[in-house]
Amino acid sequence: MSTLASPLRRTLTRNESIALVAFCTLLGAAAQVLMKIGAERLRTVGPQAILSNPLLVLGNWGVMCGLALYGVFTLLLIFALRDGELSVLYPVIALNYVWVTLLSLLIFHETMNPFKLCGITVIVLGVVVLGRGGGR
Amino acid sequence: MKTPISSMLLVALGSFIGSFGAVFLKLGSEKLRGGLRNILNFQLATGVALYLFSSAFFIFAIRNGELSVLYPLVSLGSVWTLAWSRLIFKEPLTRYKFVGLFLILVGVSFLGIGNS
Repeated sequence: MSTLASPLRRTLTRNESIALVAFCTLLGAAAQVLMKIGAERLRTVGPQAILSNPLLVLGNWGVMCGLALYGVFTLLLIFALRDGELSVLYPVIALNYVWVTLLSLLIFHETMNPFKLCGITVIVLGVVVLGRGGGR
Repeated sequence: MKTPISSMLLVALGSFIGSFGAVFLKLGSEKLRGGLRNILNFQLATGVALYLFSSAFFIFAIRNGELSVLYPLVSLGSVWTLAWSRLIFKEPLTRYKFVGLFLILVGVSFLGIGNS
């Protein structure tokens, strides 16, 4: 049991906590995609049916998996925050936008344009700069 | 489509509340050093509650308004958080942090334009 808990008890280095937040944002983006898929399904059900039977939401795998992923997202984010600087890690959450844009291309066949490409590149560059900064 | 001032204020306020969510998560995360069983604590619960509260602001704001304007405003949360990191957690503010944050804000603005 103690060996199981040890990676969570160990202090993470700054780059490890940044990597953990980056992974969190991927989970967050996946959660948003699942919620969108679930929400679209609920739309075909209609608001009246949902109001008369709220359990329909509980049976919607997209929404439920999305919520569960959000739970994991929050848990891992807390572990990253424990060891890292808030001023470094909080801006890294913006990587969420990057993953959402990429996943939307793949899954919802949204189009890429120069502005999006530029945005993704500059955000990633910003995260790299945060990672290179001094401190622990 | 024009973005009403009310939507901008809602997003700015939401990002402000959300930044306090980050502060409480950071405060509560300290207790995890004692192990995962300390996951349920007042600070973490407050942090999560503030996050949920702030997303309600975003949902209402995004109903009318342009993403190109509202996206960067959401990221204002990082600017507030930078201030709290300095004031509450005494973290040093380095040039890297300012440049990194600036680049991220610019990038998010570009994404906002690309999505609208």
